[in-house]
Amino acid sequence: MGGLTKEYVLQRVLMWFLTIWIGVTLTFAIPRMGKGDPVSVIVSRMMQRQGYVENANEIIESYKRRFGLNDPIMVQYIRYLGNVVRFDYGYSLTRFPTPAGEIVRPALPWTLGLLIVASTLSFGVGVTVGALMGWRKTPAWLQNILPASLTFTSIPYFMFGILLIFVFAFWLKILPATGGYSRDVDPAFNWTFISDVLQHAILPLFSIVVTSMGGWALGMRGLMIGVNNEDYFLLAQAKGLSPTRVFFRYGIRNAILPALTAFALGLGGLISGSTLVEWIFAYPGTGYVLYRSITALDYSVMQNICNLMIIITATGVLALDLLNPLIDPRITFKKSAAS
Amino acid sequence: MTVEETVDPKESPATRRVNVWDSPWLNTKFLVGGSIIVVVILFGLLGPFFWNTELAYTASSPTNLPPMWMAKGSPEHPLGTESNGRDMLASLIVGIPASLRVGVLAATLGMGIGVLLGSLAGYLGGWWDHVIRTISDSVLIIPSLAVLIAIASYVQFPDTTMLALVLAMFAWPGPTRLVRSQVLTLRERGYIRMALLSNVPPLEIMFVEMVPNMLPWLAASFTGNISGAILGATGLEALGLGPTRVPSLGMIINYAMTSSALVRGMVWWWLPPILALIIIFTGFFLMTVGLDEIANPRLRGYGNGGK
Repeated sequence: MGGLTKEYVLQRVLMWFLTIWIGVTLTFAIPRMGKGDPVSVIVSRMMQRQGYVENANEIIESYKRRFGLNDPIMVQYIRYLGNVVRFDYGYSLTRFPTPAGEIVRPALPWTLGLLIVASTLSFGVGVTVGALMGWRKTPAWLQNILPASLTFTSIPYFMFGILLIFVFAFWLKILPATGGYSRDVDPAFNWTFISDVLQHAILPLFSIVVTSMGGWALGMRGLMIGVNNEDYFLLAQAKGLSPTRVFFRYGIRNAILPALTAFALGLGGLISGSTLVEWIFAYPGTGYVLYRSITALDYSVMQNICNLMIIITATGVLALDLLNPLIDPRITFKKSAAS
Repeated sequence: MTVEETVDPKESPATRRVNVWDSPWLNTKFLVGGSIIVVVILFGLLGPFFWNTELAYTASSPTNLPPMWMAKGSPEHPLGTESNGRDMLASLIVGIPASLRVGVLAATLGMGIGVLLGSLAGYLGGWWDHVIRTISDSVLIIPSLAVLIAIASYVQFPDTTMLALVLAMFAWPGPTRLVRSQVLTLRERGYIRMALLSNVPPLEIMFVEMVPNMLPWLAASFTGNISGAILGATGLEALGLGPTRVPSLGMIINYAMTSSALVRGMVWWWLPPILALIIIFTGFFLMTVGLDEIANPRLRGYGNGGK
């Protein structure tokens, strides 16, 4: 367990609760600050879509009663929090008898798979590139090439995704444009299916990794430059340790901690971004389900996925926070030193 | 490279330092990024004088015209038109400032809140510091798109101002953290202690003594926040949940995607808004990186000061 103290874990878990609570409360509170209630909005949008809805007012009233929208706001809020805790968002509005959770659940493995692979790759590659850029001993030719990898850094993932679809699927025609797997391949645990899934995952993965790694690289570069000037780093070089050992054990190991914190803070953006990537690629994850529920006005599914995104992000941050002291035992002892 | 040999003997180090061209603000990345943004702003400002922006609205032009350099294109719609009868050039002229405005508004609000809360946390310390830091850390983690979509599912954003207000909710934690840490380090500096001893009011210390010293940091955070807010707004608009009255870059992408412009080969429909956004994001990104280097000389690398 290394440097994990009970106090630290408790503090991080509290932070996890607080983040989810604030996020979930925001999604509850802000829409209710304005005038008008959700049901009227929903029905009026249905009217826009379908031209005319008979007995609109009665529908509004019955929905309001069903969802308890006439109750005091605190009662509604507590009921909402209860539903969030139980992962219960009611029935899907468009596929009525199916609970919203059952529509979202099959999409989860796709999303988590894409997210975990994409974030690990982007952070791993980004940190290595950044560390090499900040290391004084990096060969000059590499120093000149590496900044090129930052070219796409400022482009939003999904826009890069559109460009990738255009180039690789429509123009060069070497990779599939959309979907999680081909229609003529049956989902089964065999090589045809797996390779098909991998082929479909290349472009979404690329659009996230290529555009997000630059951020970590830039941060890591700055940290590495700082480490270069530390006494222990000079000593390690003076002792005649091999450059690789100095680079990894003395350079990266010490510079990576603030980078991990930055990564944790950037996780929300990564998850927002990959949601849009899934939409662009019609990738069968939660992002695509979210888009379909937006176009179909399926509010319970939308709420479910939005809160899920908040929970996934907070959990990812918690995991990274708990990983931190294992890499650097100083963290749990920092409290007394910092204050 | 020995510096002594290249320096004119009459020129003392003191006079070299006051050389205006030696200013850290003459950072290439910052200047290039800034010029890009100025050009983009000029495009939006001057565009309406040269082109009829009414053509950005539905059914104002013939549909599906390719740009003028392609077969069947017409010089009346130089960048072509899309399936709802909008002129692409007019859409860009209207859409680019709309997207920029959201970003600047949200980032300005976020900066204001951030400076206020950050200095409160840094100054008062103790319980205040703890509460502000904990809340800002939590909000920093929350994926803004999730909250935006959840809100947009209930209330239609009537205009971009409302959207900017909501985006500002996610733009304050960054500046707050920054200002707090800066206040904590600056507080220990001699000139601040001097001001404290001279009984200068706290607000004056904050804005006269401290803020000018954190300007590059604040500016970097500001430009970063602008592109963050534009990214949030564009994502929402691209999903079809943004304000629909004013054409914005995200909305053009949404229409292009929902009308399968990619499959239909209408490059002139989906590419211009994406290119415009890439140019905007690159501009702000270069500015942010440049400002970071101005604020933190270490980042300028080992060469010639990052210039």
